[in-house]
Amino acid sequence: MSSDHDHDNELDPMAARVRALETILTQKGLIDPAAIDVIVDTYETKVGPRNGAKVVAKAWSDPSFADWLRRDATAAIASLGFTGRQGEHMRAVFNTPDTHNLVVCTLCSCYPWSVLGLPPVWYKAPPYRSRAVIDPRGVLEEFGLTLPAETKIRVWDSTAELRYLVVPMRPLGSEGLSEEALADLVTRDSMIGTGLAREPA
Amino acid sequence: MNGPQDLGGQMGFGPIAPEPNEPYFHAEWEKRALGVTLCAGALGAWNIDESRHARESLHPAIYYSASYYEIWIRALEVLLKRHGFISDADLAAGKAVDSSVTPKGVLRAAEVPAVLAKGGPCDRPVSSGPLFKAGDLVKTTNFHPVGHTRLPRYVRGRLGRVETVQGSFVFPDTNAHHLGENPQWVYTVVFDAAEIWGEGADPTLTVSVDAWESYLERA
Repeated sequence: MSSDHDHDNELDPMAARVRALETILTQKGLIDPAAIDVIVDTYETKVGPRNGAKVVAKAWSDPSFADWLRRDATAAIASLGFTGRQGEHMRAVFNTPDTHNLVVCTLCSCYPWSVLGLPPVWYKAPPYRSRAVIDPRGVLEEFGLTLPAETKIRVWDSTAELRYLVVPMRPLGSEGLSEEALADLVTRDSMIGTGLAREPA
Repeated sequence: MNGPQDLGGQMGFGPIAPEPNEPYFHAEWEKRALGVTLCAGALGAWNIDESRHARESLHPAIYYSASYYEIWIRALEVLLKRHGFISDADLAAGKAVDSSVTPKGVLRAAEVPAVLAKGGPCDRPVSSGPLFKAGDLVKTTNFHPVGHTRLPRYVRGRLGRVETVQGSFVFPDTNAHHLGENPQWVYTVVFDAAEIWGEGADPTLTVSVDAWESYLERA
């Protein structure tokens, strides 16, 4: 809601700085504060990793969809209703028993918003961005993931406008589960490559 | 530019420290920062490449100590001033003091869902075919432009293999500086870790970047 409804610490310099900027732009008629509310609501309640989980679950369940996702991820993902900002040019990369995929943006914070929502803080911060391309095994260890020594690792540095979605391997013991139940196994991190899909309880 | 944003292979930043069940926002001001940034983009004065360049042009000491939303806001102030929407006097007063140029558009609440769902595709047709094809060996250029570029330092002057011709896209190195979209073919180029990192590199590791055609020459 608009700035007089929230309860920021008034001494926080960034809260004051952003409030001043919003005030100036609003007074000049350059922004509509209600538009900000809609943007925030969109990324808090509508666009998040549940979108990507549905894509992955469908790829696990439907070989023809998986094939479409491999050939034209943007169109395949759009068929489920997920389009738009920071998802205009999608690519899906599939983990295999031999190869694990990991996505990073070393130059900024490129991330597939349309399927994963807003990126977590660590994805945008220097420790992950600096190390993912030189020491991915060390990075994965910090997420509690130890890959077999012989597993190949492919790191995708998102340096252009292509946005990458990792399709993790379908977990053992998930045979016969519905797409909805499968989607519950697909974590955000498994679609970045810093995790695996959960095994069914 | 060889700025603070170009982080691949840098060392000393400490642990990654993923936060379990991380919230989308850590403070109310971050919500407003996201919204103000997206709304300001809709004024139509700059493109995504210019905004990225504004962020990476922050002083390294600021860039490395700021949260990402703080980086966004600091860069946004630069962009708004550069394009005549706000002034130092406005910022000093914390309210509108000076007049603004007329924007190309103002994003209204009712338009937000459609605008976010549409996004900003940046694929563009080019008149000639791609110079390279999947499987070609290429060498990345070794350059150090003072302006915007999307070829990270850690893969400059390196041998790689074209894996995929990804289509033709707006060229950020010129677009960031309002020198035209100049679309080019973009390729996914894969490098062995040993080619990049040399001795001690992980033998199981390959790294790819998405590279515009003018970053590449035939090897």
